[in-house]
Amino acid sequence: MLLNVRQITKSYPGADGPVPVLRGVDLDLAAGETLALTGESGSGKSTLLHLIGGLDRPDDGTITLDGIALHELDDGGRAALRRGVVGVIFQQFNLIPSLRVAANIAFQARLGGKDDPDWAATLAQRLGLTPHLAKYPEQLSGGQQQRVAIARTLAARPKLVLADEPTGNLDEATADAVLSLMLDLVHETGAGLLMVTHSMRLAGAMSRQVHLRAGLVA
Amino acid sequence: MTRAALSALLSHWARNPLQLFTLLAGLALATALWSGVQAINSEARASYDAAAATLGEGQFDQLLAADGGTISQADYIALRRAGWLVSPVIEGRLNGVRLVGLDVLTAPGGLGPVALGGEADIGAFLSGGGQIFAHPDVLAQLTETGAELIAAPDVAPGTAITDIGLAQRLLQREGILTRLIVAPDQPRGQLPLAEAAPRLTLRAAQGGSDIGRLTDSFHLNLTAFGYLAFAVGIFIVHGAIGLAFEQRRPVVRTLRALGVPLNRLIMLMALELAGFAVIAGMIGVAMGYVIAAGLLPDVAATLRGLYGADVAGSLGLRPMWFLSGLVVALGGTVLAAGGALWQLARMPLLASAQPRAMAIAAGGRARLLGGLSMLLLGTAGALALWGTGLVAGFGTLAALLIGAALALPVLLDRVLAFGQTLSRGVTAGWFWADTRQQLPGLSLALAALLLAMAANVGVSTMVSSFRLTFSGFLDQRLFSELYVYADDPAQAAALEAFVSPRATAVLPLMSVSRDLADAPGELYGSRDDLTYRENWQFLDAVPMVWDVLARGEGVLVNEQMARRAGLSLGDPVTVAEGVSLPVIGIHGDYGNPIGQAIITETLFRTLYPEVTASRFGLRLNPEDVPAISAALRDNFGLPAANIINQAALKAFSMDVFDRTFTVTAALNVLTLAVAGFAMLMSLLTLAGMRLPQLAPVWSLGMTRHSLGRFELARAVMLALLTAILALPLGLGLAWVLLAIVNVEAFGWRLPMYLFPADYARLGLFALMAATLAALWPAIRLARTPPAVLLKVFSNER
Repeated sequence: MLLNVRQITKSYPGADGPVPVLRGVDLDLAAGETLALTGESGSGKSTLLHLIGGLDRPDDGTITLDGIALHELDDGGRAALRRGVVGVIFQQFNLIPSLRVAANIAFQARLGGKDDPDWAATLAQRLGLTPHLAKYPEQLSGGQQQRVAIARTLAARPKLVLADEPTGNLDEATADAVLSLMLDLVHETGAGLLMVTHSMRLAGAMSRQVHLRAGLVA
Repeated sequence: MTRAALSALLSHWARNPLQLFTLLAGLALATALWSGVQAINSEARASYDAAAATLGEGQFDQLLAADGGTISQADYIALRRAGWLVSPVIEGRLNGVRLVGLDVLTAPGGLGPVALGGEADIGAFLSGGGQIFAHPDVLAQLTETGAELIAAPDVAPGTAITDIGLAQRLLQREGILTRLIVAPDQPRGQLPLAEAAPRLTLRAAQGGSDIGRLTDSFHLNLTAFGYLAFAVGIFIVHGAIGLAFEQRRPVVRTLRALGVPLNRLIMLMALELAGFAVIAGMIGVAMGYVIAAGLLPDVAATLRGLYGADVAGSLGLRPMWFLSGLVVALGGTVLAAGGALWQLARMPLLASAQPRAMAIAAGGRARLLGGLSMLLLGTAGALALWGTGLVAGFGTLAALLIGAALALPVLLDRVLAFGQTLSRGVTAGWFWADTRQQLPGLSLALAALLLAMAANVGVSTMVSSFRLTFSGFLDQRLFSELYVYADDPAQAAALEAFVSPRATAVLPLMSVSRDLADAPGELYGSRDDLTYRENWQFLDAVPMVWDVLARGEGVLVNEQMARRAGLSLGDPVTVAEGVSLPVIGIHGDYGNPIGQAIITETLFRTLYPEVTASRFGLRLNPEDVPAISAALRDNFGLPAANIINQAALKAFSMDVFDRTFTVTAALNVLTLAVAGFAMLMSLLTLAGMRLPQLAPVWSLGMTRHSLGRFELARAVMLALLTAILALPLGLGLAWVLLAIVNVEAFGWRLPMYLFPADYARLGLFALMAATLAALWPAIRLARTPPAVLLKVFSNER
């Protein structure tokens, strides 16, 4: 099993004491599997994604990714995990505005010491970014920027791709096209994919769906 | 990983060259002003040390003529026979060069900075035509001497050293000595000085150069200015770094999300800044060198005129201040970036990645800054009231200036909020609200402007007050139309007899150097004359002070002596062995570094019968001045230097004074220019971040030209408010300088005058600087293509 999540809890401080967001979530994901995490706003989807991505720490429970116990890692260990094992695609793209598209695509791979210019060029070509490699992110449309973000993640060949509403900022047609490309490429790399989405239509394109409700798997 | 992360960080600057320029220029300017001042100080100090080494000043006890005149060869021989190990020195001016004659065989310091050996062959030095060792800048003025001239860079500027015999010949003062240097080890059983040479007085070694100590206050003022200019520069750097960090928050979050550890990120950003600091530091030191080279001739003239200290008019490159400039640049960067790096270290990974709207965060910070400013202003008040010493004086200045700079955003916000409540109409309401929102982004530049303007107001008030007082003081003190100096007592007596029937009054100027209230000072004997009664003014005096003085029942002291010794009216002052008189008057004595006491002439002659007057002030009808001057030259062969016209002396004194403050004025202008630059850079940097705020207003119907005009009006209005607030701060600064720092540094307090026209002119300059600074960003905004404004909305998808 690539990902194993057990009895994860997480609260955030609120005006009247801690507000529980996750209350004991269990989740598994195999390598090459695609999973849609759905739920209402505030159900804890993004929080769970952040915990799995090593961006935050759970209050309790265990997360094991590719044999690594995330809950036992310190900041440095979790940073190394983000460089090498997981790749996160954000709704807001989070590209580096001062780097050109080509440098943005290669960026995470370079951070993890896995720079592969041929693979990056292939991704750019498959994602229709080749004509835009010399541009800066601000010169691209939203759909193009999201494709750069996808290319950046896949260029590092992560074992698990986490996508947080990756098409939330795109229109329906562009969203379908981007998702289709992303799924193709994830299949080709053999990575697992865990995607947070509101859209049941997009969730249907995944091999499995998990619905969160009030911090628990429904 | 490190290379990739560093390339991402550095790429920010490549995409934002203006920000990089602001950062480098701010730091370079700050370093330049600071290191320029340091360069001047270190050059001047090196000159003093060279002078001290040449002349033995401060290192050895010295014997001087008690009447302030010269020492005869006979006195010297008498002392040697009495067992005193003394070495003769003669000093004089030859073609404008200070020529010092030493006896190399007996001088305890040898030839000072010149080592005998090599070129300095003792045989050649003493025999034949002789040798003269001179600073290279004066060699050309000594070619007529016939002696072998040797360039010696270590000799003090404007000075030449030679054998005493040759010096006496060249100066045409055979058998005359200026002073005697006393060797540190004296044999036992020598005759007391009073018996061996009663005409001479001993001046004890002072453990440092006289000139160095006299000029310390001057350099202290310069250093204070250097720090102030540096502070203004650091405000710019702080602003630039703050904005850069603010804009890079999303990048920082992304980098961390992609796996760059936080500590590595902080280290990389610190390294990046250190690199910039070194580059800017080197540029700054080079610029400082240029500033110093430009200002040094005026400083040299000032020090020569004011204190008689010779300083080289050209600048040498000293490694210490080059290095200290770099250290200051690095230190300034740490100071400016410390807060930003600390915030970065504490920023949670999942914090909002959007550039934080500064105004949102400003609320809490404003309260903190407001509290801190109140604390600092309170500290300034406490130090002003209860602090003592120069350090407390400068502490007051620092607390006042920093406290005011921190209070500025809070005060401006209150004023703008008040303007908002008064505004009518939707556009005016938006203008006030939008200006308040911009305040946090502009506050650093405005603080820099506030400091620069306050420094201008403060220093110009001090200088103008000083000038007014000094000019009045010269009128009060230089009332004789002509001043005449005799070469010896016989000539003095003949001179007095000659001028007495031709002048309204002849006022002999007699003095002795002696300790007054436990410090070196000068005691004068003053003739009871109507001229003094009509012209002199006192800071404090007993009733009928001149009558009391004429009866020999009291002593007048200058302000610096009274302050230093804590003397007030009635306190006793010892004016001669076993003779004490009460203080009956305290007078201003601006420009004099040492204590001065005055008793009546008759008492002076009784106490010091050996002293004869060699200087006279002559009261004449102004139209008689040329004829009397000519008669004195013809009848007594007096050189021009011995006859001084009052008008020429006043003009010379005012010229010295004006040159003294040329440096301060130049630094003032530079500081204001730096503040204007800070304003321009802040406005340009903010302009890019303003589009998301301005685009909606444009979309709702306001034209781009209107937006540009509003931007211009906003900058001018903020500058105007800052200028208004700078006025009381500047006057506070002037008060601290005049009433605290000046008293501690120089020993006298000056009255403070106000110069409204000067302040109005300065305000106008500040507004012009703000207008110029705002013009470019406003024009850019007015010409922003609609497509760029529309992009703001498209980016919000």
